Amino acid sequence: MHDFAYHRPQSLEDAANFLRTAEDPLLMAGGQTMIPTLKQRLAAPSDVIDLAEVPGLVMIDVKKAQVSVGAMLTHASVASSPEVQAALPALAGLAGNIGDMHVRNRGTLGGSIANNDPAADYPAALIGLGATVHTSKRQIAADDFFTALFETALAGDEIVTSVDFPVPELAAYMKFDHPASRYAVVGVFIAKFGTDVRAAVTGAGPCVYREAQMEEALTRDFSPSALADMTISPDGMNTDLYAGPEYRANLVKIMATRAVEAALKGGG
Amino acid sequence: MPTVSMTVNGAEVSVEVENRTLLVQLLREQLRLTGTHVGCDTSQCGACVVHMDGIPVKSCTILAVQAADADVLTIEGVADGDTLHPMQAAFRENHGLQCGFCTSGMVMAGLDIARRFPDVDDATVRRELSGNFCRCTGYHNIVKSIVAGAHAMNEAGG
Repeated sequence: MHDFAYHRPQSLEDAANFLRTAEDPLLMAGGQTMIPTLKQRLAAPSDVIDLAEVPGLVMIDVKKAQVSVGAMLTHASVASSPEVQAALPALAGLAGNIGDMHVRNRGTLGGSIANNDPAADYPAALIGLGATVHTSKRQIAADDFFTALFETALAGDEIVTSVDFPVPELAAYMKFDHPASRYAVVGVFIAKFGTDVRAAVTGAGPCVYREAQMEEALTRDFSPSALADMTISPDGMNTDLYAGPEYRANLVKIMATRAVEAALKGGG
Repeated sequence: MPTVSMTVNGAEVSVEVENRTLLVQLLREQLRLTGTHVGCDTSQCGACVVHMDGIPVKSCTILAVQAADADVLTIEGVADGDTLHPMQAAFRENHGLQCGFCTSGMVMAGLDIARRFPDVDDATVRRELSGNFCRCTGYHNIVKSIVAGAHAMNEAGG
């Protein structure tokens, strides 16, 4: 790891100022992806700006129709919140299966979505639920937020502050996780809002995406059998040491089917 | 170089570090607390787990400067003098270690599992241990040790 200047700003404005003035800055939230990235010298920032002491980013607000989560809230906090478990069990379950218990104690929602790893879990929840991302500058619909592999709509000096998740009628997230890293080889988040169904897929492609044919089939018939005859194309899907495109394409269908089954049983 | 101050195993320490120094490097190389191990250095194996403000974390994935003013507990601070902590005693009783490399991380993880699930069962321990790798034992005796340690802590009143 190359050395860097380290800052711990006490306000969002100060953090944004460092982003504007430093030569090659990088924001740090929980650091659970960033520190390994620095160790591998995949990134070598001039300045690391730690958000740990910026006020207002560790919040959780659960209302009947919406769950709001602060950017610096850890996965462990989301997973263990009785309010989130009651209002949106699919989200609590997703957070509780990210990484492992030690990683969940540090890793945050904001860090996960700003990094937009193609195998990360949270992007599937944002897309699956049609969430809204709040930043230091504006609000961004989740559908417009994740733009490409490790790319988001965030400007260089823009900081995620919180995410609003609409509470659906039914929802569940299922992933086939890599046994060492616990990243999703494929994960599918299914949510039903009245007659509107959303199906978000992570891990399979270069960026989280909505699977339109699944959404149409489930809108007509929200049941596992609605997906039984569906063929998912492996074109453009990721390949690595663990899984090729055809395997991932099949996993999309299997995870989606399991997610529908779980959603019908109350989510998780 | 910045100086960071923190509490480690109950003692106040101030150490000069580089901004890139990892917490595990501070503990092992500067404080010579070598009970905390570096296994994979990629946040997967859990040999480096310590408690920071009461919460288990992977000390290979935290900068020392992030731990400023924190209360850090390592394996060296777990026993009461020469008397093993009930969790350590449970590992000894149940043959919960072979080579011992993963053991300090396993004990630190076990202490947190016992805190959150006082009446823990095997399945919960296995699920919660997904961030701690052992390459010797096949986990059976580690799981047995943590269950026994948790129950012993529960009986001793935490």
